[in-house]
Amino acid sequence: MPSFGADMEAARFVQWHVQPGQALHRGEVVAVVETQKGAIDVELWHDGTIARLVAEPGQEIPVGGMLAVLAGEGEDWQTLAAEPVTVPTAPTAEAPPAPPASSAPPAPAPAASRHTRVSPAARQRAQALGVDIEALAAQAGERAVTLADVERAASNPTAAPARSTAMRAAIGAAMTRSWREIPHYHVGCEIVVEAPLRALEDFNRERPVAERVLFAAVLLRAVAQAVAQTPTLNGRFENGGFQPAGAVHLGVVTSLRGGGLVVPTVHDAHLLSLSELMAALRAVLERARSGQLRSSDLADSTLSVSHLGDLGAESVQGVIYPPQVALVGLGRVALRPAVVDGQVVAARTLHAVLTGDHRVSDGLVGSRFLAALSARLSTLETGS
Amino acid sequence: MNTPETLRQAVAGALRGIAPEADIERINPEASLREQLDLDSFDFLKLLITLQETVGVDIPEADYGRVDSLDLLVAYLQRG
Repeated sequence: MPSFGADMEAARFVQWHVQPGQALHRGEVVAVVETQKGAIDVELWHDGTIARLVAEPGQEIPVGGMLAVLAGEGEDWQTLAAEPVTVPTAPTAEAPPAPPASSAPPAPAPAASRHTRVSPAARQRAQALGVDIEALAAQAGERAVTLADVERAASNPTAAPARSTAMRAAIGAAMTRSWREIPHYHVGCEIVVEAPLRALEDFNRERPVAERVLFAAVLLRAVAQAVAQTPTLNGRFENGGFQPAGAVHLGVVTSLRGGGLVVPTVHDAHLLSLSELMAALRAVLERARSGQLRSSDLADSTLSVSHLGDLGAESVQGVIYPPQVALVGLGRVALRPAVVDGQVVAARTLHAVLTGDHRVSDGLVGSRFLAALSARLSTLETGS
Repeated sequence: MNTPETLRQAVAGALRGIAPEADIERINPEASLREQLDLDSFDFLKLLITLQETVGVDIPEADYGRVDSLDLLVAYLQRG
């Protein structure tokens, strides 16, 4: 069971998409699990052939617990399948030992029998409405959970506990840990963004609506390139030390309509052109909001950005998302008085705040990051 | 041909995919859609992309300010 963030301890196994004997490649979706963040598609992390499915629908499996036995290249899956499960193979370095639940009955239930208890439409709708689908399934017993059940639960909040309650508890636990362990510092500045905004308006003018780029993508690209110049803000604090990351994987703090947050990842954001970054961002936000996130969307971000959008607050002083060591808070773009070429003029500006971890960096590094960010936002580079 | 009513239905359909919990019937047609339904810039872009696909009208970015209420949006779509 992979970890989908510092606030995750376990997940409920929902269903398999694969069978023993099936040869698969890295990145293929093999199963679905249910977390406080909603249903998540679990992708394979390396090539192989499924030897045995261990996890069963309905089981609560801790991070690091065994889901299945995979035969690597040169291994015979049927031989592996015949061997008893002894040592759980932990997919992540920090994985805790798996409790008995995960090595429970080795013979998987025949496919499909319990898999059809929740229709995909009902699951998606539950995600959109913030209804705890597993609680509904438990109430329904052998009967399949339908769209109508979800609608009823949503209109009558006492019928099933909302998933948002569990998500709030998970966010609370992660942020409490962050506040307890991380000595936060904040440095901020105001950036005049008139030039890149005008350039973006020109860029979008000739493009059909589906190819237009939002300013959020410009901001994320500037953040990714700026943090690539200040590597002590980009990485993870684990096992008592800081490991800088080679690439910039941006966690995008995203609020959900049902309440709560998820932080899906835009991978290699420092290498993407503006259009590529916009496409990646649209795809990942679409998955986050429709409850179809994949394991890789949540696995490995190296720096998070909280941007409350153009209806949001003036500035954001965030809480770092462990094990990361910094967070960038971006406020609303608005017309404000600014000094440009010695004159006070009305110009569109935004407030940027860098929150850093004093165990790894100081305000001076944060200031350098802000200077790099301002420089990146003095023009619009589309990178293509 | 697109009547105000079919266009209203098209907008309602697009909004269901973005803000499923919103009750279209209770929207104030003269007030900001984005503020009433808490649509961020991505939600709004998705609304316009869906309308481009269903109604065939591509609203340029420069006109975003002219389509911020349900009434204004429907009137804009009708003009094509």
